[in-house]
Amino acid sequence: MASEAHGAEEGGLVFHPMDQFNIKPLFGGDHVGLFTITNATLWMALAVVAVVAMMVIGTRRRAIVPSRSQSIGELAYGFVYKMVEDVAGKDAVKFFPYIMTLFMFIVSANFLGLLPMSFATTSHFAVTVVLAMAVFLTVTVVGFVKNGVGFLGLFWVSSAPLALRPILALIEVISYFVRPVSHSIRLAGNVMAGHAVLKVFAGFAAIAVVSPLSVVAITAMYGLEVLVAFIQAYVFTILTCVYLKDALHPSH
Amino acid sequence: MASTSTDATSHAAEAASAPGMPQLDFSNWGNQIFWLLITLVVIYFVLSRIALPRIAAVLAERQGTITNDIAAAEELKAKAVEAEEAYNKALADAKVEAARIVAEAKAEIQAELNVATQKADAEIAAKAAESEKAIATIRSGALASIKDVANATTAELVSALSGKADDADVAKAVDAQMKG
Repeated sequence: MASEAHGAEEGGLVFHPMDQFNIKPLFGGDHVGLFTITNATLWMALAVVAVVAMMVIGTRRRAIVPSRSQSIGELAYGFVYKMVEDVAGKDAVKFFPYIMTLFMFIVSANFLGLLPMSFATTSHFAVTVVLAMAVFLTVTVVGFVKNGVGFLGLFWVSSAPLALRPILALIEVISYFVRPVSHSIRLAGNVMAGHAVLKVFAGFAAIAVVSPLSVVAITAMYGLEVLVAFIQAYVFTILTCVYLKDALHPSH
Repeated sequence: MASTSTDATSHAAEAASAPGMPQLDFSNWGNQIFWLLITLVVIYFVLSRIALPRIAAVLAERQGTITNDIAAAEELKAKAVEAEEAYNKALADAKVEAARIVAEAKAEIQAELNVATQKADAEIAAKAAESEKAIATIRSGALASIKDVANATTAELVSALSGKADDADVAKAVDAQMKG
């Protein structure tokens, strides 16, 4: 990897935990244009492949008694479907394919990013900001289309004393617009931090005395990251459902 | 950080290896967003056109199969209960019928037995009467024979002792002796 090369060049203990997030063109050149195929493109494509393998190839037999691979697809379907139904309500079910797309992409990208030498697409704000903004815009548009001006009732806490309501409305508005920020930074931040920590521990493995401890630490950290990979996909999805519920039923 | 991103516009690779976060190198955001949108659209169409309807159909079909199977099982169970009831009823009927047949047979046998007994009694009575008659004949025959033999013997004895024997007297004497 790039970090080891740097370490050898400069000598001593040098960490480049962020080098793994560099975006490099795959087929020569060092200019990243709009359509350049980069390592990010490759791992996004692999995420598509993973989703197709899980949801389409796995279920190709349409068995009444499911095979293992079909069970995985059905499990993912049931997991997200139940989440949408329980959190966002029955009338949110028509957004299920949309939410399923977000979940499947994030969970696939997160797990693919955990493979050694791979590239974690969800560690980039460019990716998570687009995902979060897509949710934010969808929710806002759906809110106004469904409820018209009544959607603004989301910011007007009618259960609070009248004097407090303007202040609460201000807080609600701010929190509403902070949503996409927290939504995107939470995902990218978690993935990026985990990968960077792994890299730092890996850097320590260069010292012979510390290396056993370093390997143990990497193992433990990796286990944690596996958990984080799923939990962050889950959190992103369930927050999407919560926001969607606000849009469909804005009354507090 | 800001300088990194401005440098990066011309020297992307150099900027990326410089200290800082590649995430904040905005020069490659366009590229990532472009490919991300393609990725999401592809996943969306694969899921909404192929995978999700298929899985929904499979789940619905499974639910239907399970419901049907449970209904069929309940129907079979009801049938089994019905069959058991019919069996028990048949068994009870058969027992009653058997008891009736046994009673009938007993009565018949009893009647036959009575007839046979009566017939046998009558026969026995007839045979007894006949035998008695025969015995009486034999006895009377025997008595006559004894009288004849006694008469003859007496006559012989009398003639041997006194030389002369009147048959009538002998007979009278023998009769008198035999009565005594």
